[in-house]
Amino acid sequence: MTTPQQTAKRQQPAGNAIARILRFGLTVLILLIAFYGLYLGFLFLREGDRPKWIMALAAIVWGVGGVALLYYLFNSLVELLPVRWTTRLQPFVFVGPGIALLIWFLALPALRTLYISLFGRNGPPSLPLTMLFAAPGEYFAALSTQFVGWNNFIAVFTDRLMLGALRNNILFWIGIATPLTVIAGLLIAVLADRSNFERAAKSIIFMPMAISFVGASVIWNFIYEVNAPGSPQIGLLNAVVVALGGQPHGWTNYTAISPWNNLFLVIIVVWLQTGFAMVLLSAAIKGIPEEILEAARVDGATEIQLFFRIMIPYLMATIIAVTTTIIIFTLKIFDVVWVMTGGQFGTDVIATQFYRQSFINRNSGFGSAIAIILLVAVTPVMVYNLRRLKDQEAFR
Amino acid sequence: MKSARAANFTRSFLVNGILALVVILWLIPVIGLLVSSFRERFEIQTSPWWGVLPHRDWVETKTINPRELGLDANGPMTVEGITATFEEFRIGVEDGDKRLIWIGNRRLGTVQVQEKKWTTTANLNLENYRQVLQGTDVEIKHADGTLETVRGDDFSSALLNSLTVAVPSTVIPILIAAFAAYGFAWMSFPGKRFWFAMVVALLVVPLQIALVPVLRDFAGLHLNGTFLGIWLAHTGFGLPLATFLLYSYIRALPRETLESAFIDGASHFTIFTRLILPLSVPALASIAIFQFLWVWNDYLVALIILGSDPKTRVVTMKLAAIVGDRGQDWHLLTSGAFMSMIVPLLVFFLLQRYFVRGLLAGSVKG
Repeated sequence: MTTPQQTAKRQQPAGNAIARILRFGLTVLILLIAFYGLYLGFLFLREGDRPKWIMALAAIVWGVGGVALLYYLFNSLVELLPVRWTTRLQPFVFVGPGIALLIWFLALPALRTLYISLFGRNGPPSLPLTMLFAAPGEYFAALSTQFVGWNNFIAVFTDRLMLGALRNNILFWIGIATPLTVIAGLLIAVLADRSNFERAAKSIIFMPMAISFVGASVIWNFIYEVNAPGSPQIGLLNAVVVALGGQPHGWTNYTAISPWNNLFLVIIVVWLQTGFAMVLLSAAIKGIPEEILEAARVDGATEIQLFFRIMIPYLMATIIAVTTTIIIFTLKIFDVVWVMTGGQFGTDVIATQFYRQSFINRNSGFGSAIAIILLVAVTPVMVYNLRRLKDQEAFR
Repeated sequence: MKSARAANFTRSFLVNGILALVVILWLIPVIGLLVSSFRERFEIQTSPWWGVLPHRDWVETKTINPRELGLDANGPMTVEGITATFEEFRIGVEDGDKRLIWIGNRRLGTVQVQEKKWTTTANLNLENYRQVLQGTDVEIKHADGTLETVRGDDFSSALLNSLTVAVPSTVIPILIAAFAAYGFAWMSFPGKRFWFAMVVALLVVPLQIALVPVLRDFAGLHLNGTFLGIWLAHTGFGLPLATFLLYSYIRALPRETLESAFIDGASHFTIFTRLILPLSVPALASIAIFQFLWVWNDYLVALIILGSDPKTRVVTMKLAAIVGDRGQDWHLLTSGAFMSMIVPLLVFFLLQRYFVRGLLAGSVKG
């Protein structure tokens, strides 16, 4: 609408200032009307008393169309300004919404969570900000009644349940689930590379990536399902165990073998994530020059030697990247544990503890301290990424 | 030479064999779920699902009424040439390929003659899906002909909710990320390096860190339990990766194309919508698939922001609720789980190429 006219105007800078101001005013008006329309749409959606599919469609149109419309209008507004101001402001129309959302949803919350973690159960008391200037003494006095300092962090590392969760995250999820996933992914990638049905095999191993953790929990709950001894076992695992002469168990809630019942949760995640490791490693294997492998074969290297002496060193960078990604993922593991066991039977992890403390026990201070621990745990990766960014910029 | 070929053959046989085994192992859990979802409610709970595969089992060939033969259940009886007491018949008397078993009580029961035959328990239908999908009451016909009315589980409305959550939660962040990525790649503004470093730093930040403060903000804005709230949350959480990936892609586009467009007098907005967006379709597609699957399969964010209000409840919430309340109702769990999987699986199999491409771009760099 505005672009052709506006480009025309740029070619004749002596254009009518009044017309420009009028058009600017009109765009502002349209923007206000758009805001009002979107607000009405919001009220309509919040009411939500129409048939379901109409609401769904309206919501999709409102949400997606609204964002596109706002970009368009703000951009029109900025383009109507004098050219100097357009070049100055336009980047903020493009980048601004993204940055604002990132600050609101990730950057600021990290600081706020750190702040909350220094306070007791209910977090810092909500005081009007004006009080800070009107009566700073009282403000800080009110704050200090709830202030607990590092106590929540001390609790994180001394609380019995929390220690169990940390053990599970470190021993089972980082120590067992991660290497199992990477090794399974690597072996399958190597096998698939030499097989006659590579694409089909990779597709199937990769498929669980599309399934939700809740869905996967149902699938595996069914495999671990237990019936009373003597009656037919409908769970595959127990049917096999009974056929081999063993006793049927619930496995994930089999506390007699605790903490090793965690392994039955680990299996689920290995099943889900191996495809991810396989896809990345498979792409890296394709990158190994055939000549090197051929040369080694001519020199009489066995396949085993080839694998350990050539492939592994060649794949090391990818293996490290995949391992890091899976560690970050398993650090936050929540859905599987929550749906399978609810964190009972010694299967608690950091994220289930976080959820329970923050949203069930309503202990914001403690919950926030747990979240900060998660953040600190990923900090090395964050620093590494930033370093790499800096290196790349140096080359430009 | 001959032995080398033989070794090659053995190796190829081993490789394909082991891989086939692994693939089957990977598939079995899903097949079990899928098969069970079509089985009758009581059959799922009493007989294993792999019984639908042909297997040898005792199959009834005829039923004999012992009273018609004038037999007395209080003493030894001879049926079909086999003599045994009631107690023995109760457990079942085997004779080669034949088995006689007493069904029912001593006074009114009958004797079943069974033979070991190849058989299957494949008695598959769509009843479970009807019950799990419908929002209204569902009439179920049992095997013995009795009717029962149960509440449907209304998965259809949960599916619609999931779609309402997932589509804007995919398109909005990608749109915002595309604008931002273009800005970072092709515009200059103060603090650009700082802001981009923030995007990179936030790539690995666990979203748990944000939940408590965001929930507080949403409470103040009355956004808890609204679709707008969860769209905003997913947008915020999905932005770092989407921005980073699109930035890498847009920056790598040939500079000359853009410069010539500038010389022709096109504005940034025109270049972005007419040139960059169409050129970025492959990248946009892979990020969209990623984000869509992530949002559709998400449980934590939905749990915290939408809660369990039936008006907004998504499929993962609904499924988890059935696991919690009625963990033994396998006829609902299997069909419900499959309903929750069907959309992502379709997306996955139809657009796998883009998905893998996005994965490769995202992780090796990340």
